[in-house]
Amino acid sequence: MTAPPSTTLTDHVTGTVNGIGESTVRPDGIPKLQGSFAYASDLETEGMLWAATVRSPHPHARIVDIDPGPALAIGGVHAVLTAEDVPGRLLFGLEHPDQPVLASDVVRYWGEPVAIVAAEDPETARIAAAAVTVEYVVLDPLVDPEEADTRDEVFRRIRIRRGDQDVRGSVVVEGVYEVGMQDQAPLGTEAGLAIPDGEGGVDLYATTQYVHADHSQIVASLDLTAEMVRSHPTGIGGAFGAREDVNLHIHLCMLALYTRRPVKQVYQRSESFTGHVHRHPARLRYRHEADEDGRLVRVEADVLIDGGAYASTTSAVLGNACYFAVGPYKCDNVNVDGVGVRTNNPPCGAMRGFGAVQVCFAHEAQMDRLAAALDMDPLELRRRNALATGDALATTGQRIDTPLPTREVIDSLVAMPMPEDDDSEDPLRLPGGTGLTTERRDVRRGVGYAFGIKNLGFSEGSDDYAQARVLLSPQGAIVETAAIEVGQGLVTVVGQIARSALGIGNVEVRHIDTSRIGSAGSTSASRQTQLTGGAVLAAATALRDRVLTEFAGEYLDDDGVWRDGELVVPYAELASGGWEETTTFRHPPTEEPDENGQGTLHADFAVAGHRAIVDVDVGLGLVRVVRIDTAQDVGKALNPESVRGQIEGGILQGVGLAMMEELIVEGGVIRNPTFTDYLLPTVLDAPDVEALLIEQEGSWGPHGAKGVGEPPTISSTAAVAAAIREATGLALPRVPIRPEHVALEGGV
Amino acid sequence: MIVMFELNGKSVSARVVHPTSLLAMLRDELRLPGSKNACEEGECGSCSVILDGDLVCSCLVMAADVERSVVTTVEGVGDDGKLHPVQQAMLDSGGVQCGFCTPGIVMTAVDLFDRVESPSPDDIREALAGNICRCTGYGAILRGLEAL
Ligand code: FES
Ligand code: FES
Repeated sequence: MTAPPSTTLTDHVTGTVNGIGESTVRPDGIPKLQGSFAYASDLETEGMLWAATVRSPHPHARIVDIDPGPALAIGGVHAVLTAEDVPGRLLFGLEHPDQPVLASDVVRYWGEPVAIVAAEDPETARIAAAAVTVEYVVLDPLVDPEEADTRDEVFRRIRIRRGDQDVRGSVVVEGVYEVGMQDQAPLGTEAGLAIPDGEGGVDLYATTQYVHADHSQIVASLDLTAEMVRSHPTGIGGAFGAREDVNLHIHLCMLALYTRRPVKQVYQRSESFTGHVHRHPARLRYRHEADEDGRLVRVEADVLIDGGAYASTTSAVLGNACYFAVGPYKCDNVNVDGVGVRTNNPPCGAMRGFGAVQVCFAHEAQMDRLAAALDMDPLELRRRNALATGDALATTGQRIDTPLPTREVIDSLVAMPMPEDDDSEDPLRLPGGTGLTTERRDVRRGVGYAFGIKNLGFSEGSDDYAQARVLLSPQGAIVETAAIEVGQGLVTVVGQIARSALGIGNVEVRHIDTSRIGSAGSTSASRQTQLTGGAVLAAATALRDRVLTEFAGEYLDDDGVWRDGELVVPYAELASGGWEETTTFRHPPTEEPDENGQGTLHADFAVAGHRAIVDVDVGLGLVRVVRIDTAQDVGKALNPESVRGQIEGGILQGVGLAMMEELIVEGGVIRNPTFTDYLLPTVLDAPDVEALLIEQEGSWGPHGAKGVGEPPTISSTAAVAAAIREATGLALPRVPIRPEHVALEGGV
Repeated sequence: MIVMFELNGKSVSARVVHPTSLLAMLRDELRLPGSKNACEEGECGSCSVILDGDLVCSCLVMAADVERSVVTTVEGVGDDGKLHPVQQAMLDSGGVQCGFCTPGIVMTAVDLFDRVESPSPDDIREALAGNICRCTGYGAILRGLEAL
């Protein structure tokens, strides 16, 4: 059916230079358009079994007994495994191993895996999973995050104290804000295929953002040596943070080793909603104090995020939420108290924006309130406080030494042309759409601005690096990496970087498994263009220099090595010379925070701004986001079209959080784990987007590039909220903003 | 039972054991993985195929019901391995990211351009309203199709 999983995923672009700065088309575009691209869910192999998961129907319960008997009695069922069958470490976790591979004595969230099943076909596997009898004693779930805080059920607390505790401002605004639980909802659900190697080891092809982290967790839980497990990159239908953590990976390897057969699993949509982590819901209390001129004098914030039952990346998300709690603004006196609590709600972890989204919604609402209290233009207030290179980050005191064009972002966004007022009666231009519910006279237009900042790459002292290899083969130059392409276009951009550095147009990018190359780190934190891109640039440059030195050449291209206008070594000869270079790229080191949350915690930052223009039917509470304009600090756009794709996609996820996307959790139970009930923006919800890329040299990424994936999602939510506030006059302290929040509060 | 129908220009037969969807039959029995399963409840359009001239969500069609029908999937829209103009347009505009929505969007667009000679931007938006794309924000897809 598809590429057999034993081959490497290959993307091949032949021809012209297609180097950096060009909008080269994706090498994997054609197979994706023709339906032949092999996603994890498309893989299959001879003699394959299918897996299914038995999940807890309770958010908190003690397991009294698990009886696999009725399931094993079904024809075609090959295995039912429980916690007792985990050969090694029972617990896994990206930052702290605290989550059982399979629950042994207690279940701590609704949908927690309790047992796994392998059977001849997916239907039988599902029937068998339903037949496994688990006896529970139901316990009270802890679902109130504030109560968890009081009971000190916490993953991490952060206390930031900066500046003078006695300095106060004369103009004060306070607010309490809330952000609901968003889901990444990547279109491809979790899927994987584990193949035993016949020697006690296993090869895994599964949806992921980070094969090396999966690998080390699999090895620990299977109690195998590192060499015995190979985790392979495979085709992935989106990620957005949902695939940083292990979910089906260890399960599939266990079943494959137990049954000695390949085992495949594809989560159905509802299982996907319970099988991966979500964006942390947050409650944020703020106090901003300014002087009469609108200079921020003091900011205080209480940040509470609900991590759910297990740690996942809550510690790092809380870090981001606290460190970016003030936004891209200067302020010398800052107190932040942050807590990530442990509850029996669904586990939360990484999602695009990673803590910066939640606080941006709050700090931008505060800036607008402060502007109103000062009777000042909200953009002027932001200009006066704009954070720039050379300034200290308001929270951690870190001196910013990479380009940070906050002021340029604000000014260029404001200068972008505004759309005409719309008096069209066309239902497609009205908030009620073709439902024909809206009358034009009930429509108010609102315009809102928001600005956000976030770190790029891993922070707080982590040794963040990526390894890549460049080699010259008879088929052309080859880039090898374990970095994961989730759709964002890494495969395109690292090819461009290699082409530009080598001078060779024929470059192929290969995603290879954990046994064949060192880690590239996670495809997250907007880091791969900078980190893996940096490694590819360094490797390709070193390789080219070595070749040119060896042959006293002037330059290299697809024909070979040239000197004085003559080809001195033809490419074919070069290609048989075993030329290769493997490089590990590290970003500038960062520190752990001191006891006051101070220090050089981050390697780089990006800033972006959004202007949302909305039409609101104030009677019915319906909103149409007409347009979003954005200016984004990108360092250098290595592939402008691909950057635009990240911007447009990220903005729509931000619009989704502003208006419709929320997992409704009641008593620990997710009430809407389907695409029917968890609403995602369709093309009819998508605003027109105009994007301005702000390029400035000086960042440490390849050619000065900065990561671009997350900033579009950070302030777009806040901008939409600000625009709806402007149209309605309502406070709207929570997202998503639903029709009832607008209509029933009776704005304007 | 055995279901016989025309698939991408060829007559095929497939064995259907459990009550199963057209999508499952295409992917699992007929080895055509291009049609994607992202929700199995008619919400996302990733599984879109053309059945007897109509665009349908193949996850909502029973396999047994396509007996003697004509079905076109994403694997069947190009001419001899060459890209259909809709596919070329989406490639050129950067309308593909992860690509999981792409086969469904290609089928929707092929159906639209078959029905309407030069669809307006609003026609294109309305046609795509049943396809969820989580990656692109739809902008590049619209730019590609509007340029056709
Ligand atoms: S899989 Fe058929 S509509 Fe989603
Ligand atoms: S490209 Fe990923 S869902 Fe559309």
